[in-house]
Amino acid sequence: MRFTKAETVEEALHAMAAGARPIAGGSDLMVAARQGKSPLPESIVAIDRIPALSRMDADERGMRIGAAVSHAQLEVDPRIVADYTALADAAALVGSPATRHVGTIGGNIMNSSPAMDTGAPLVVLDGRVELRSLDRTRQIDISEMWTGPGQSVAAVDELCTAILLPERAPRSGSGYVRLEYRRAMEIAVVGAAASVTLAPDGDLLAAISVALTAVAPTIVSVEIPKEAIGRPVDDDLLDRIAVAASERAQPISDVRASARYRKHIVGVMARRAAASAFGRARGETIGVPLNRTAGIGAP
Amino acid sequence: MTYILTVNGTDYPVDADVTRNLLSVIREVVGLTGTKEGCDDCECGACMVLLDGRPVNSCSYLAVQAQGCAITTIEGLQSDGDLHPLQRHMLESGAVQCGFCTPGMIVSARALLDANPDPDDEDIRIGLSGNLCRCTGYARIIEAVRKTAAGDSG
Repeated sequence: MRFTKAETVEEALHAMAAGARPIAGGSDLMVAARQGKSPLPESIVAIDRIPALSRMDADERGMRIGAAVSHAQLEVDPRIVADYTALADAAALVGSPATRHVGTIGGNIMNSSPAMDTGAPLVVLDGRVELRSLDRTRQIDISEMWTGPGQSVAAVDELCTAILLPERAPRSGSGYVRLEYRRAMEIAVVGAAASVTLAPDGDLLAAISVALTAVAPTIVSVEIPKEAIGRPVDDDLLDRIAVAASERAQPISDVRASARYRKHIVGVMARRAAASAFGRARGETIGVPLNRTAGIGAP
Repeated sequence: MTYILTVNGTDYPVDADVTRNLLSVIREVVGLTGTKEGCDDCECGACMVLLDGRPVNSCSYLAVQAQGCAITTIEGLQSDGDLHPLQRHMLESGAVQCGFCTPGMIVSARALLDANPDPDDEDIRIGLSGNLCRCTGYARIIEAVRKTAAGDSG
C-alpha cells in the first residue's frame, strides 16, 4: 500500500486523480478491512491534516462544515447546537468519545450507511454536499447523495470537501432520536430526524420535514400530507406523522430487529423527533442529545 | 515504510508495513505492551491511547497517520516511578479485577479529566462509554475517577 499525506485539498485531488483513496479518521476503512469486507486500498491519501477541511464557517447564507470536522466538534459547537440541533443530537450519539474524535462528518457521508446517525438530520436541514475533483466542483442535495448501502453518486476521484447548511428560518427547531439497545458503540436500530418551522405569529405549522434512519437501503424522507401546514402541532398531527413514517419505512429483518418491529417503532421515533423539534421551535430548551433528555434507549 | 512516532515524549524510529495499525506498532515495534488488544474492532476500548490528548482506539487507526502527534500510552502516565493518581485510585478502590481493560479505562479517564476536571457521574459514564469491563460492574471504576477528580490523596 502506498501512503501519502496531503497538506492541501489540491494535493489530495491530485493523489485521488492518480488512484489514491482518501482516509480521514479511518475507522470504517480499518474495521472493514479487518472484517474482510473490503481490503485497504492500494493507495491512500490522508486528508485529516488539511486545515481547510477542518473548519466551520458561518455567514448570512448559513453554515459551511468542512468534511474533516469531527463528531466531537459538532456535538458541542454553539452554532450547531443552537440552529442545527438535530445534527448535534446525532453527532453526540456516534460511537464513543474516541470514535467521535477521529470520525468525521465527510467520512460518515461518504461511507453511505443507511444507519448513519448524521444522515437524517442533514436531510431535514436541507444539507448540500460539496464534491470536488481536479476537473470540477459540484454541489448536490444530500437527499440525492445515496443510492444504496455503501453507495453514493460520488465518482471515485471526487472528494467530499464540505457540507453546506442553509440559514434557518426564524422559529425553527430540529431533533434526532434513535432506538438503541445500549448507549455507546451502538448502531441505530431505527432513527428519525424532524425539522419544524412555525408561523411568525402563533404556533401553527409553516414547514416540516422528517427523515428516517435504518429502515430502507438509504436514509429516506417522509412525505408529510400538505394539510398539515397551517395546523397546530397537536397529538392528531403527531399521530399522522407517525403513520406516514411507518408507511414510508421498508426495513429488513436482521439480528438487531425484525422488519415488523422496525416499521412500527420508526413511527414512534418520528413522532418524538417531531414533538421535540416543535418544542425547540417554540423556544423550549431541550438538551442535546435528545436521546438522553427524552429518555430513549438504554438507561 | 520508515517514520518516527513520538510515544510518551520519546521519538521511536519505526520501520513497518504501512498497513499496520497503531496498536500493533506500539506493542510490537515500540515495545510498550501496556496497551491491550481486546476486540480489535473498535468496540471495547482496551487499545485506547491519546493522540494529542484525545482518546483514540489504536486498533482501528493507521500507525503512519499518528506521525507528528504526541502519543500517550498507559506507560506515559506515571512519573519517576510514582503512579498517576488515576492509577493509584483504581488500585485502592478495587477497580481492577482481571485488569485487561484497566489501561484503556485509565487512558480514557485521563482524557476526560484533562477536558473536564470536575465531572459528575454522568460525565464519567460518557467519558468511559467506549471502554468495556466484564469484571467490575463499573461502580468502582467510576468511584476511582470521582476520587481523582476530587483530588483525594487516597
